[in-house]
This record gives sequence, C-alpha cells and structure tokens, in this order.
Amino acid sequence: MNEFMMFSLVPLTIAIIISMTCALLGNFLVLRRQSLIGDAISHVALPGIVVSFLITGTLASLAMMLGAGVAALVTVALIELVRRLGRVEGTAAMGVVFTSLFAVGVLLLEWHGASGVHLDVEHALYGNLESLIWFDGVSLASLFDPQALADLPPQLGRAAWVGLVVVAFVVVMRRPLVLASFDPDFAASMRTRPALVDLMLVTLVAVAAIAAFEAVGSIIVIAMFICPAAAARLMTNRLGVQIVWSQVFALLAAVGGYLLAGEAPRWLGFDTSLSAAGMIASLAGLILLAACLFGPCRARTGAAHQD
Amino acid sequence: METWWRALTFTLGYNTSLVTVGAMLLAAAAGMVGSYILLRKRALVSDAISHATLPGLALAFLVMGIWQGDGRVLPVLLAGAAGSAALGLWLVQRIAERTRLGEDAAIGAVLSTFFAFGVVLITVIQTLSVRGQSGLNSYLVGATAGMLYSEALLIAACALGLLVALLVWRRDFLLLCFDPAFARTQGYNTSRLDLLLLLLLMAVVVIGLKVTGLILIVALTIIPPVAARFWTDQPMRMVALAALLGALAGYLGVTLSSVREGLPTGPLIVLSAFGLFLISFLFSPRRGVLASLLAYQRLRRRVHLRQGLLALGRNEPIFDGLTLRLLRRRGLVRRDGVATPAGEAAARDAEHEERLWAHYRRRYPDDALHREHAGLTPIGQVLSADAIMALEAELPPAEVTR
Repeated sequence: MNEFMMFSLVPLTIAIIISMTCALLGNFLVLRRQSLIGDAISHVALPGIVVSFLITGTLASLAMMLGAGVAALVTVALIELVRRLGRVEGTAAMGVVFTSLFAVGVLLLEWHGASGVHLDVEHALYGNLESLIWFDGVSLASLFDPQALADLPPQLGRAAWVGLVVVAFVVVMRRPLVLASFDPDFAASMRTRPALVDLMLVTLVAVAAIAAFEAVGSIIVIAMFICPAAAARLMTNRLGVQIVWSQVFALLAAVGGYLLAGEAPRWLGFDTSLSAAGMIASLAGLILLAACLFGPCRARTGAAHQD
Repeated sequence: METWWRALTFTLGYNTSLVTVGAMLLAAAAGMVGSYILLRKRALVSDAISHATLPGLALAFLVMGIWQGDGRVLPVLLAGAAGSAALGLWLVQRIAERTRLGEDAAIGAVLSTFFAFGVVLITVIQTLSVRGQSGLNSYLVGATAGMLYSEALLIAACALGLLVALLVWRRDFLLLCFDPAFARTQGYNTSRLDLLLLLLLMAVVVIGLKVTGLILIVALTIIPPVAARFWTDQPMRMVALAALLGALAGYLGVTLSSVREGLPTGPLIVLSAFGLFLISFLFSPRRGVLASLLAYQRLRRRVHLRQGLLALGRNEPIFDGLTLRLLRRRGLVRRDGVATPAGEAAARDAEHEERLWAHYRRRYPDDALHREHAGLTPIGQVLSADAIMALEAELPPAEVTR
C-alpha cells in the first residue's frame, strides 16, 4: 500500500485526468473530422519547447508550456495561411507545416545536443510518467497531511487545472460547440460565432496537449484525443451518451494500461516495467478495435439500431 | 563551406556519394507516389503508415537480437517494418470503409496506437541486453552518417526499383486519381490499383526509414507534390516536377548534413524540401502568393480607373484617393480634379463602352454569361468588329447629360 502511495498514486491520477480530458475534447474533434489537428499540435510541441529553451535557457515548466503553446498557435495559423493563400488541400497543408516544424525542432535539438542538456526526442515522445514520485506519500494518512501534500509533483496540479478548464469550457459552451460541430452554416446564421468556437477549441486542444506532453509524452495525447472518442462514436447515436462512453473508455484505458505496464512483466517473470504511456495508448487502441468489431452503431448509415 | 562544395560535387568519398544518390532516388520516388496520393486527397495516409512501422521494427529487432545477439540487420528490420505498416494500412482502410468513422480518425487511431505499442516494445528491448540498441533510435529521426555500404546500396537499389514501377504504372494511377468510375468502365480493377498505389507508398516509407526517420518521411511524400502543384496544372508535369523537387531536396539535405559532424540528415532534407515549397508558395507565377497579390492589385487599379472615367463622364466629383492618383498619373484630370481634354475623350470612350457592354448583355444574355463578365476588358478584344458595328447600330441614342 505504501509503495502504491509513493510510486503509483500520482502517475495513475495524472494519467486518468489527462486521458479523460483529452477524450472529452476528442469527442468534438472526431465529430468535426479534425482528429489530426491533435496529431499536428503534439508534434510541434517539440520545436516550441526547444526554442523556448534556447531563448530562456531553462527547462522550467512555465517556459516550456509557453513555448509549446506559442508553437501550437503558430502552427494553426500557418496551416490556415497555406490552405487559404496557396489553395492547398487541408490535410496536405497540415502535413507540410507540422513536419517542417518538427524538422526544425529535431535539427535544433541535435545541433545543441552536444552541450549535455537533458532534453531529447525520446523523452518528448514517450514522456516519463513513472518518474513522478511522491516521496512524502508514505501512507493513506499522507493524503490529509498538508506537509506531505505540498510535496506532490507540480504536474499533478497543472493537469488538474487543465482538466477543470476543459470541463468548464465544454459545459459553458456546449450549445455553440455542438451547433458548430454539426452544422457550422446554421451556427453562423444563429450568430453563435462558429469561427470563434473553432479557435477556442483548438486552443484548448493545444493546452491539453501541452499539459499532457509534459507529464506523459505526446504519443498518449494523440491516442487519447482519438481512440476513446472514436470508440464511443461507434456505441451510440447521441452526443451526451457518446461523451459518457468516451470518459468510461478513457478511464478504463488509463487504469488498465498503467497497471498492465507495471504488472505484466512480473507475471512473465521479469523484474522491470514497461512504458506506461505506451501501454495506455495501446489499450485505448484495443478498445477502439473492439468497438469497431462489436459496437452497436458501427455502421456508416447510423441507423443500425432504432432507439 | 568547402566540405559542402565537395559533397555537392560528389568528391567527398564514395560512400557519401552513394548515400546522396540513394537519398535522391528515394526522394524522387516519394515525390512521385506522393503526387498521386495528394491528388486522391489522402495526403496523411503516409503519416499512419510511417508511424505504424515502429512495432514491426522493434519486433524484428527483438527477434534478431535474441536470435543473433545483434538486432541491426537492415533487411530484416525493413521487412518487419513493412509487415506492421501493411497491417496498419489495412486497418485504416477497413475502419474508413466499414465503420462510420472518417478517414482522419482512422489514421490518427492507427498511428498513435501502433506507435505507442512500438514504444512499449522498445522498453522491452531496453531491459534485455541486446547489442546495437542505440541503432534503433536512428530510425526515429534518421541517420545516414553511420550507414554501411551495403545498406546504402540496398536503399538506392530499392528506390530505383520503385521509380521504375511508378513510371510503368503512371497512366493507370492518373486515371485512378481523376476518374475511378471511368477507369472501371475501361476494365481496370480500381481497388487493386488503389492497393498497388498504397503498397508503393508503403515501400517508399519503409525504405526511407533509415534516411529521414519514421516521423519525417511523411514530409517527403507531401511537401514536394504540394510544391509542384504550384507550378503546373497538368498532372503528369506535376508528378515529374514533384520527383525533381524531391530529388533536389534529397541532394541538398544529404550534402548539407555532411558539412558538420552530427548534423541529422532527415530534418535537413525536410527543411530543404520546405525551402523549395516556400519558394513555390511565394513566387510561382500561377498560384503563388506574389502573383495573386499582383493580379489583385492590377484588377483593383483597372476597376478604379474605369469607375473614375465613368464618374468624369457623368460630371460627378471624385473623392477616392487611389482613383484620383491613377487618373492624374495618366494625365486625364488636372490637379484640381477637372478633366483634361484627353480625360474627357477617355471618359466618353468608357461611357460608350459601358453602354455597348450593357446592350450586349441585354441582347445576348447567354453569350454574355460565357464571356468575361466584369466588363473590364475592352469590348473590341472580346467581340469581332462586325459584331460591334451591329451592336452600335442597335444602340439607342445616348441621353444628353450636359
């Protein structure tokens, strides 16, 4: 139990919060067929962080998040610029922009890699969920001990804040958000400003991606934006129910993946653990696969079941 | 600088030259296959394919490592990568076809899940004592510096084979991109052709892993075709141009990376390609930003000039600054805004022209629809002299304005 408090409680909580947050936003991305914007944003977080490191010289979280946030906004702006001015198709414009920016990030990283900075591509991709140890968390009583609570890794607080902001956004903006997702033209005629809603959604996606990026790496972010929401889409024809399903799937993937990463090797007789972030994302993919095979509303017509 | 020049002129040693040629062939093949994929509006499928190679790569490394002690055997690794990429591709196709999810969700789900599973496998590898583990990281961002002669030869040969295959099937693919229904009536098996195209894309991606790394190979299949699209409206020329631009990017990237120790090849190739894209984006005479801007300015000036002349003809005062400037520069109005004799003549011409256009539009509305409808082109350039004579004869007499 004490071991669990110290080593597993914080990473598990962070994984759950981030998975559910990303899955919540993912519902709208999947509905709008914009799933890949999450992919693009989590790729460009790398150049953002490298540039912010080169400018400020620190790996402080605030600087990193600011750099990644600016990079995300720059990316969205550049994609729109290439799409509109160059009359390039949307996905192709996205491909041009995010791969180029990622290349800049890798180049800068390798260029300055010799100076012994602890910042590498692998870290950015895989994250280091396992290293978030709560040293003062020795027993259940620590949960009520203010001194021990003060020692909680700061990533936990940040993830919680981002999760709250995202939930608040979805609750407050649910009508314009739903309207803009299903029928942007009608939304525009109702003066709900679909363009503004789009921008806010993308910004929140970036915020969630960056908060997650710092704690768990960018792979899990892309998986969590898409897999639970896509799987939930195959379960129901109602948006509210779909959101609930996506949250359940995200929770399942986070808890199951984390435990599996820690325990599976021990069952096979190895005394190691696997990448928790990778396992969570893999499990989310398996859930989607199951939904694709057995989901009650998987057919394209959407009229598989009348209810 | 000097090293770069020597690399550019292929005098930096046999190995570097071979790598350069291999990268150029690969990038050319990527540009060609990417053009068809772009025309089919599925540019990011290659993103899913490239990320899906990781688990196969890691699995092959694991198997070879346990079996032989060292996992770095390029042909086996590439075969493993191709296997898992094919599985990923099949899943994307099935999800997009059989379920209600869009292709974007299918791509995103496959790429993230496969990559994540690859990461899990890599952590497995790290716990085992297999030699050559650092070699696996070079597949993430690419490294040509430590490439063996046999590896470079393999890549170059495969890229050459792909180029030949793409040349052989170029017309079939084109038909598939523009009119699949017509292709079917002509007896082509379109779904098999589609599969062939995707398999060629997969082959390009897998072979490119060692050169640019699995995250950046996507760029080689997207950026050169997009850049080529700016220069031409003919699909075959676009494919050829994409191959050329890709090869150029490969050439610049590999040679640049040989300038200094430890410069990664992949990002440099991608950034070279992006540079070529930027040049196309800005300066292409057809669809470039600069050309569009100039065309817009020209149109704006013509509209202002015409409106100014019509205002002069109707004796109305002109307040717009640009209109006044344009008229003054041509000597059509004096400084105080009063028309010069030349200006009055031009104004009468413009008025006459406007009436001719208006009459033409009334008389032959269908024909007028097909002509340039802004009414800015002199009517003499659009209609024959006889037609204008006939129109003028029908023209009602102008009401006298002054």
